[in-house]
Amino acid sequence: MFQGFFAIVYKETRHIVRDPRSLFLMLVIPSIELTIFGFAVNLDIKNIKTGLLNQDKRVESRNLVDQFVNSGYFDIVEIFNNEEEMATAMRRGIVRVGIHIPPYYTDRVLKNEHVDIQILIDGSDSTVAMQALNVSNAIGLRASIKMLSKTKSLPSQFPIDMRPRVLFNPDMRTANFMIPGLCGVILQVVIMLLTSFAIVREKEQRTLEQLVVTPVSRFGLMLGKLVPFLGVGICETASVLFLMRFLFQVPIAGSVLLLAFFAGIFLFTTLGMGLLVSTFAQNQIQALQISFLILLPSFLLSGFMFPQETMPKVIYWFGQMVPATYFIRILRGIILRNAGFWDLWHNGAILGAMGIIILFVASFRFHKTIG
Amino acid sequence: MSLNILQVENNHIFKQVHAPVIQVNELTRKFGSYTAVDRVSLVVRERDIFGFLGPNGSGKTTLIRMLCGILRPTSGEAKVMGYDVVYESEEVKKSIGYMSQQFSLYSDLTVLENINFYARIYGIPRRQRKERIDEVINIVEIKPYLNQLSGSLSGGWKQRLALACALVHNPKLLFLDEPTAGIDPVARRDLWNLLFDLSARGTTFFVTTHYMDEAERCSHLGYIYFSKLIAYGSPEELKKMPQVMPEGYVRYELRIDRLTEAMRELLKMPFVKDATMFSDVIHIHIQQGSEEELQHSIAKKGFFVESLRLVPPTLEDVFVTLTRSFGK
Ligand SMILES: Nc1ncnc2c1ncn2[C@@H]1O[C@H](COP(=O)(O)OP(=O)(O)OP(=O)(O)O)[C@@H](O)[C@H]1O
Ligand SMILES: [Mg+2]
Repeated sequence: MFQGFFAIVYKETRHIVRDPRSLFLMLVIPSIELTIFGFAVNLDIKNIKTGLLNQDKRVESRNLVDQFVNSGYFDIVEIFNNEEEMATAMRRGIVRVGIHIPPYYTDRVLKNEHVDIQILIDGSDSTVAMQALNVSNAIGLRASIKMLSKTKSLPSQFPIDMRPRVLFNPDMRTANFMIPGLCGVILQVVIMLLTSFAIVREKEQRTLEQLVVTPVSRFGLMLGKLVPFLGVGICETASVLFLMRFLFQVPIAGSVLLLAFFAGIFLFTTLGMGLLVSTFAQNQIQALQISFLILLPSFLLSGFMFPQETMPKVIYWFGQMVPATYFIRILRGIILRNAGFWDLWHNGAILGAMGIIILFVASFRFHKTIG
Repeated sequence: MSLNILQVENNHIFKQVHAPVIQVNELTRKFGSYTAVDRVSLVVRERDIFGFLGPNGSGKTTLIRMLCGILRPTSGEAKVMGYDVVYESEEVKKSIGYMSQQFSLYSDLTVLENINFYARIYGIPRRQRKERIDEVINIVEIKPYLNQLSGSLSGGWKQRLALACALVHNPKLLFLDEPTAGIDPVARRDLWNLLFDLSARGTTFFVTTHYMDEAERCSHLGYIYFSKLIAYGSPEELKKMPQVMPEGYVRYELRIDRLTEAMRELLKMPFVKDATMFSDVIHIHIQQGSEEELQHSIAKKGFFVESLRLVPPTLEDVFVTLTRSFGK
């Protein structure tokens, strides 16, 4: 009944030992990934990037700001001079929260009068938004209680009234936030694997030997491989975005044309990564394993699942090396925040630069020789 | 070895001298500590059909790959069509055709699509492309299969397709790595007739093979053994090599019963220098003038001799002898 069992065990063990590259990937990669991603998986969101528009600037207002900072949840990264600046920074995604203290804040507080503090919250990341919402309410509550404890009369409302306003995704639908990111991640996975398989298959089936003996140029070969898959990628992007819009009902606030433009850059970079992977891998299994090195960060470090703000610096920088990071920013910017070209161009520029570098490295690594 | 090269060169002084298209000088390739091609030097001239022979793993494919510019030599140099295979490999690639040992065309493309692809990749201008594709289709006579997926072709037709793709840019020099391996005798002969046709039209060939009948049809031969080129020249020259036909010895073909036993006895006889067994005959080297003694000795051992006749050495004899003497 178990005849051949030991023979098979023996043979399979040999296979594993004989393939040191795969063995390395099997043994070392999981530990590395667990270490990196363990830090990323952190839903207690601290250090939310916050901008401050303090039109009061006196001691009382500074005390209030200190309460925000000391809570540990808000990290003041920008100081604004007017509401316009604050709105732009929110749209660009530079800050997730904007605190607006009115010029009459100190006067009102000293007179124990009611005062509104406007808290703008970027709803395009619902976890961050929820956290910001709760914490700012709590801070308002505490400040109010402290004031109330000094007075005898009971006012009809809390003196310090935090007025949170969630922008861009006001009902904080998780779908609106998750699905654009998901589109970015899925596109990266599929396109990268597809492209890397295309060259590795030529190695596996030995058609590469006949190909490299022709005068085809390295760039001709690379770009030629890339263009058909660019076509495939464009169709894929279109269908994924179509489903997002009409099946999952995620409205696209910004320009579809702009989205298409940035998606093109993203596709170019992702295809290049596929080619780069194929210069390392000898067969499709290896291509898959190497791709995992890039795919997991795309899921976990790109801001798709976990806000990048909360990640330790080193992990954060890992995330900055993944193209999906920039594309997800672009997607959320256009789809949720109606961001325009000038709000997002730097993300596109980084993506494009990455793509060019990757393509150069891939072409450099690809030699028209065998063995 | 170097003596053989001299021989070839001298012959060409009297014959019509064709320009060299392959010049190899001390070419070496190592894989780690293993030397797959060891200081090989040779010259192949225009219109030659150069047959490259050697046992499995002796370095034939490795040498061809270096000459095609797709494998870097460890040392030594080679010029193909006047271009250096390392520094001008792209020029080399433009001017040669190569058919690799394994089928390496796209199985999921049809015959025509494969040919078309290679026609484009070699940059044949659009106006001439159609014409040239028709030409190679006619040369290899693959018309009936044009729309079949090339993966589903039989071995012989796969080789013809590969040849068509290697020919499509009309190269003056073709490298064929075991073009007839694994195909039936008729297909093999057809393929060789094709090579002769092309050769008559001015194409030079560098062909590897394991078949002696194919070797006999080559104009020049090289024999590589354990990474070293140990024989080099025309088939006639090789047969006249002193190791193969030592001075004062003659070669007989002996048809005899109980071959294995006879072999053993023959090798014991003092005037027998060497004996090689084939499927139904034995070839022996004996001292000139010892024929009577031979027949006498055989009869004494009780063997029945069906025939005994003087024969020139075959190429197989040449390679067997060389291999054996090289081992010593
Ligand atoms: N890429 C490589 N890496 C390591 N060793 C190699 C490589 N390519 C070839 N070899 C070794 O070099 C030697 C010569 O191989 P090669 O393929 O040239 O032999 P061959 O004469 O073509 O044999 P065959 O008649 O079987 O085709 C072999 O021992 C082979 O194992
Ligand atoms: Mg070979």
